Amino acid sequence: MVQLTLPKNSQLVPGTVWPKPEGTNRLTEYRIYRWNPDDGKNPHVDTYYVDRDDCGPMVLDGLIYIKNKIDPTLTFRRSCREGICGSCAMNIDGTNTLACLKSMDDVTAKSVNIYPLPHMPVVKDLVPDLTQFYAQHASVEPWLHTKTPAPEKEWPQGRQDREKLDGLYECILCACCSTSCPSYWWNGDRYLGPAALLQAYRWLIDSRDEATGERLDDLEDPFRLYRCHTIMNCAKACPKGLNPAKAIAEIKKMMVARQF
Amino acid sequence: MSGSSEFPGSSLRTVRRRVAGLGAAHSGTHHFWLQRVTALANVPLTLAFLAVLVCVAGEPPERVLATIGQPIVAIILLLAIVSITTHMRAGMQVVIEDYVHNEGAKVLALVGNTFFCAAMGCAGVFAILKISFGG
Repeated sequence: MVQLTLPKNSQLVPGTVWPKPEGTNRLTEYRIYRWNPDDGKNPHVDTYYVDRDDCGPMVLDGLIYIKNKIDPTLTFRRSCREGICGSCAMNIDGTNTLACLKSMDDVTAKSVNIYPLPHMPVVKDLVPDLTQFYAQHASVEPWLHTKTPAPEKEWPQGRQDREKLDGLYECILCACCSTSCPSYWWNGDRYLGPAALLQAYRWLIDSRDEATGERLDDLEDPFRLYRCHTIMNCAKACPKGLNPAKAIAEIKKMMVARQF
Repeated sequence: MSGSSEFPGSSLRTVRRRVAGLGAAHSGTHHFWLQRVTALANVPLTLAFLAVLVCVAGEPPERVLATIGQPIVAIILLLAIVSITTHMRAGMQVVIEDYVHNEGAKVLALVGNTFFCAAMGCAGVFAILKISFGG
């Protein structure tokens, strides 16, 4: 059956409360999941205080402040700090999102509570292992498939056909959607998840692609596609405002359409 | 049925091999469509079933049997039983596939689900037919 409780060595224990920075009253409390595979200890939640006068407004700014000024062992991914690279995806204030796009002022809890993306193996602290997620994305072969000999220049596409890709091509593969999906939690080894299926649909409706039938064949499976129960966590979590659930529903419509 | 609780990368098998599993089953659309069609059918059929219940409530047994035995009422009830038990089986199958990950338990649960729904459906259909045709 589905495992609803954590094994003993994964259960959270209280962590360190780090000292407050001196000489400031504008403090924001951060409570951050910590786990180090090398020390043999259980995961714990450390408490930090961020000086808002010495730090930018976003949750990522606070994490960088903590790493630079309080605790250099805190481990997390980050790169572009403007919502384009998808590196800093984590669970903040109960929702998967990008730390660089989430303002500290928009956090509803008293402290900024941060955990790694749910239901993924943790490499260290806030860094999840996304190997399988990337392999699932690769498995939908997210590139143009053609049988017609390639034209001398580019494959042409009309304006209206190009507009069909809006809301799909913007995905940055941050994994916020797939790791927010209960169906992906329970059956992530066989269900492709919202991110991979959004990309599958992006190529299914690309007017230049000539492998629509083969793509649908590869998706027609009780687990790969039909584990989506339209829970909609994916659309709620997506920091880019995309709607994977709608894309999956469109794939299901294509599956039915080719039956009649 | 290639479920595994191992973390990716914990075996010598490549992750792409694990994601590919046994390949696509090339099925599932029929099940998806059947579940939607029976859901749609269940709306008027359940309302009609409730209407029949309200009409016969408090009536003496002979009147109840006579009402159920009328062709229109019997056909509505038969359709309701077939549609509801078909939908019940399809829905329960999805729940089992979602949550039961032990392969043996899953197969047993899926077979048990089919047997139970078939038995319930047959019992209901038999009862209506018996009332309709007497005997």
